[in-house]
Amino acid sequence: MEKNNKTTGKVAGIVSNLVIVEVDGPVAQNEICFILLENERLMAEVIKIVGVNAYIQVFESTRGVRIGVPVEFENHMLEVTLGPGILSRNYDGLQNDLDKMEGVFLTRGEYTDPLNREVKWNFKPLANEGDTVIAGSWLGEVMENSIPHKIMVPFKMEGRYTVKSLAKEGQYTVDDQIAVVADDEGNETPLTMVQKWPVKVPIKAYKNKPRPFKLLETGVRCIDTLNPITEGGTGFIPGAFGTGKTVLQHAISKQAEADVVIIAACGERANEVVEVFTEFPELEDPRTGRKLIERTTIIANTSNMPVAAREASVYTAMTLGEYYRSMGLKVLLMADSTSRWAQALREMSNRLEELPGPDAYPMDLSAVISNFYSRAGFVYLNEKDASGSISFIGTVSPAGGNLKEPVTESTRKAARCFYGLSQDRADSKRYPAIDPIDSYSKYLEYPEVQKNLAENMGDEWLGNVLKARDILLRGKEAMEQINILGDDGVPIAFHDRFWKSELIDFVILQQDAFDKIDATTSLERQKYMLLSVLDVTDSEFEFKEFEEVSTFFKEIINLYKQMNYSEFESDEFKKHESDLQKLLKTKMK
Amino acid sequence: MESQTFQKIYTKLTNITKATVTLKASDVGYDEMALVHGRKAQVVKLMGNQVTLQIFAGTEGIPTNAEVTFMGRPPQLKVSEELGGRFFNAYGDPIDGGPEVEGEIRDTGSPSVNPVRRMQPSQFIATGIAGIDLNNSLVSGQKIPFFADPDQPYNQVMASVALRAKADKIILGGMGLTNDDYLYFKNVFENAGALDRIVSFVNTTDNPPVERLLVPDMALTAAEYFAVDHNQNVLVLLTDMALFADALSIVSNRMDQIPSKDSMPGSLYSDLARIYEKAVQFPSGGSITIVAVTTLSGGDITHAIPDNTGYITEGQLFLRRDTDIGKVIVDPFRSLSRLKQLVIGKQTRADHPQVMNAAVRLYADAANARTKLENGFDLTDYDERTLDFAKEYSEQLLAIDVNIDTDTMLDIAWDLFVKYFTKAEVRIKKEFVDKYWKK
Repeated sequence: MEKNNKTTGKVAGIVSNLVIVEVDGPVAQNEICFILLENERLMAEVIKIVGVNAYIQVFESTRGVRIGVPVEFENHMLEVTLGPGILSRNYDGLQNDLDKMEGVFLTRGEYTDPLNREVKWNFKPLANEGDTVIAGSWLGEVMENSIPHKIMVPFKMEGRYTVKSLAKEGQYTVDDQIAVVADDEGNETPLTMVQKWPVKVPIKAYKNKPRPFKLLETGVRCIDTLNPITEGGTGFIPGAFGTGKTVLQHAISKQAEADVVIIAACGERANEVVEVFTEFPELEDPRTGRKLIERTTIIANTSNMPVAAREASVYTAMTLGEYYRSMGLKVLLMADSTSRWAQALREMSNRLEELPGPDAYPMDLSAVISNFYSRAGFVYLNEKDASGSISFIGTVSPAGGNLKEPVTESTRKAARCFYGLSQDRADSKRYPAIDPIDSYSKYLEYPEVQKNLAENMGDEWLGNVLKARDILLRGKEAMEQINILGDDGVPIAFHDRFWKSELIDFVILQQDAFDKIDATTSLERQKYMLLSVLDVTDSEFEFKEFEEVSTFFKEIINLYKQMNYSEFESDEFKKHESDLQKLLKTKMK
Repeated sequence: MESQTFQKIYTKLTNITKATVTLKASDVGYDEMALVHGRKAQVVKLMGNQVTLQIFAGTEGIPTNAEVTFMGRPPQLKVSEELGGRFFNAYGDPIDGGPEVEGEIRDTGSPSVNPVRRMQPSQFIATGIAGIDLNNSLVSGQKIPFFADPDQPYNQVMASVALRAKADKIILGGMGLTNDDYLYFKNVFENAGALDRIVSFVNTTDNPPVERLLVPDMALTAAEYFAVDHNQNVLVLLTDMALFADALSIVSNRMDQIPSKDSMPGSLYSDLARIYEKAVQFPSGGSITIVAVTTLSGGDITHAIPDNTGYITEGQLFLRRDTDIGKVIVDPFRSLSRLKQLVIGKQTRADHPQVMNAAVRLYADAANARTKLENGFDLTDYDERTLDFAKEYSEQLLAIDVNIDTDTMLDIAWDLFVKYFTKAEVRIKKEFVDKYWKK
């Protein structure tokens, strides 16, 4: 895409945010251009070219644009700016810093710098003069909110280079020269802390990408215990509205064991983003004790912001994630919701008058989604012994709650963990409403994950997890029998079986995201609780009639709930536990 | 005000469809308003020198030599304090026989609020209806629809919510209102002596359906004026959004767009979000709260209109007829207010969240007991107690004719717990049980 002069053009047609531009020179697919109004410049992306006509999707409202208005092409695709100072920022889908914008309302054509150019960072060199480096090699580091931010050889640089000079430890702005590298022919390139990268191209500055194998602790019991996700793993949460997708995603992003969290609010409610803006500066990271906002970047493209930028927002988020992964960090990427992104694709495909696929989505929807999910993963970097990961969890908002619709189906093929939210569970306020029977984690089948689990949670762990799942399944079957035959039409053992599954449901699966203590459960505590509950389900109890079963188990559940609400191993916790033991003895065979 | 002397008049239409006309014209801006044969129209497509205009009132009787003038501006509304107490049509012209409103001209469909400038909604809105206040508390800056069957009294409930909500201004956006409903609103507002704080934009069933598309933008432009310029708390009522969406599908169909689910345009989600997302708490103290109505066909919430709405709004309220007590209640299972967590137990009594959950859970147990009963099984003692509880709960708290304060609602709930259940069955945190469990 190297061109000497900028191609220009004139507006020749407008339908909503699709604009047709007659151009006077070469243009590239996905090239960025600007519509030059009198006082505003509207950013747009080329999405189709027919002869001299470039079809561009405008990232802003096209109100008042006229035929003949000049357009200028930029010679590059949609890019993000990478450098220290991205964490704790709130960006829109095009990486404009929202806090730098003036006024309460967004102004059309206002684009702001994602980085702070004045602030000085304490740069520490990591490489040495004379070292051979390639794209992604660590030259030095600065501390960004206590996270070591590596300054790397730009990803765009191809081949091998030699470090000619490197700045000494000291204070530099992002635009100060920190190194000079030379290629084999001696051509020198000065480097700063800033680089740019096109969002739709994956950053591949790593050695290799093995299958993920390490458990990622999220603090959510029905994920960690039953269907764990891994560092570098992918998962998705489909659920009809009101089933708690966003609450669950927020819970994960607050508690998960990650160095960097990137939240892409893609076409969802603005008030939900405001919740993050309001809470994250207050809440502490349970592991480091620092504020959550320090490790978080938010990409906010809410549902009322321009549709085309919505599509860009998920790519922007992924690219930022890849940048931090290349520094050897554990990145957690959350996108809410990928359905809105798919809808943005549909709106544009419709305006382009393309032949539609199922439900009017574009035919290549499935390919686009798998391509995106494949950018997550665990990688070994070229730096010695360093590794990094992007774990990605997306939500899907299936139309009408129907999981057979194209976006859910396509995502199912791409993601390895499925956390299906059930309407029935949400209706009976059993939150998080993750269906314990339909949901799965493919990672449990990976031998390397099984090995990792055995090392960290004990040899018995996997067996216990599978046992808990069996109990849940058998409880459901017992419930169905009871419903068909009536309470007294089945043996008491059925009631016992059903209530044992309810016990797991209430104590392990259900979790109060709004309670300070219950909201997050450490793996250690999860292990303790699962073993404790399985002890009860393994026990045999003496019941004279079926009514006794529910009364007895409700009391047990009540005591366990009180334990869940108490600090782990506190006096209160132990008191409830000893009450529980006494109660259990009364019915034990 | 519409046509000015220096404007160029076009008189040659090249294409006419049911909803649009096309002509050759130059120097026309996208979204610009025009007058075609005396009818209001808006630019929806520019292709070279061909301009396509959507005629809101339809194209019946428009000849190819009709006069077309362009107004050089998008849809606008004149805003000032004078709006209070007035009734307007979808174009913002008075329909109550009063004079034109003088004031500042504002474009409708203004830009979005920068998300980082929004404040988190935090002000509890008391309506006195326990089905709402207790189980689905509303918060200023929230957007929430009633999902209702056409035969349910949604407009009445909405009117009482509006009048009790203590808003500084109430803006009614009526789309496809029957004349009877229009008069109903007018009467209720007049009788409450609240007319001067109410502004209405009304498209009745007598008016062309496509005109409805302008109503939400008009109503929200007025709302933003009061909320931003005067820092007022504004409540916007939009009824019926299903008819608004129908108008969208009519237009997209006539523009030859490929329909997605349920014949709705592929952009339905964005179109609805643009409206509902105007609900906001401004940093300066003003706020816009939207309470809307989406009528359902046959109670089907998987239809594209309620489905997309549910994904955008912060919850939904369902009305249902409870045959046991012969009254309409706010359905506690299907209704949800997503923002209630921001106020319950904070601006209301601390036991509110747990009491709410416990009562709904026990009510759900009653529903299971009823299923058992219907299937001919014997009921346990617990089942019998849940059924008795459910009836009283429904009568004293869920019915829409309830009008009490929140503390009273909570006290009633505790009384019912004590009357029918044991502490273990209610399963509430010990500190609250110790405080409120009174024999």
